[in-house]
Amino acid sequence: MAIHTNRPTSPHLQVYRLPLTGIISITHRMTGMMLSAGLILFVYIVSALAGGGVAYDNMQTLMSHWLLKLIGWGFIYALFFHLCHGVRHLIWDTGHSFDADTLNRYAIIELAASLVLTLMTFVWGYYGL
Amino acid sequence: MDYRTPLARAKGLGSAKSGTGHWWMQRVTAVALVPLSFWLIKFLGLSLTAPYQQTVDWLASPVNTICIIAWIIAVFYHAALGLQVVIEDYVAAEGVKIISIWAANLAFLFLAMTALLAVFRVVSIG
Repeated sequence: MAIHTNRPTSPHLQVYRLPLTGIISITHRMTGMMLSAGLILFVYIVSALAGGGVAYDNMQTLMSHWLLKLIGWGFIYALFFHLCHGVRHLIWDTGHSFDADTLNRYAIIELAASLVLTLMTFVWGYYGL
Repeated sequence: MDYRTPLARAKGLGSAKSGTGHWWMQRVTAVALVPLSFWLIKFLGLSLTAPYQQTVDWLASPVNTICIIAWIIAVFYHAALGLQVVIEDYVAAEGVKIISIWAANLAFLFLAMTALLAVFRVVSIG
């Protein structure tokens, strides 16, 4: 089949610098997949709780490993990022806020909001629930 | 008048059928998950720091049980719908695509049932 080279093409990912809105868009998808994988950890934690006191204590010991703590906080940040950008998808679904200025302003707002929410969770967890 | 592309006509696969329902349920579960995420954060915070009995008591109290169950149902549904879209976008081969979507759906169904069983077991303890 002949290839028509004069057709318009989509931006080439390796040479095209994505704007902030584009980076956030693909990050939404990546955090969604990471959160899906993280659900396995939730199932493990709740199953350990159902398994009794010993299983629960073993789970807490395992989860206090620095690598799993890092994954845990990564999960919390991904959750808030996905939540904040998800809310914007819901706003878009009502047909509003598609102009360039609003897109960029909301991008900054949701990045800041997801960081603040993660920090709040950290403080909340650190000083007692 | 046929609005389909020539490629779509050649393949003869027709419409996407239940696409609207898929899209709609993605939104419904998303809206539900916004407030329900609070219970997940609270549950994770307790599970990773609090003594055993405290976490059991918290999860066994009715409002928390209901909210965690609602979160489990909504989140696994939302994840299955989302992963299906990602697979459909990036996997071109038809056979691999369908098997991947089945595998993802079955995995999420299995995980959701495991989580629900665990919650019921905790409620029967507490």
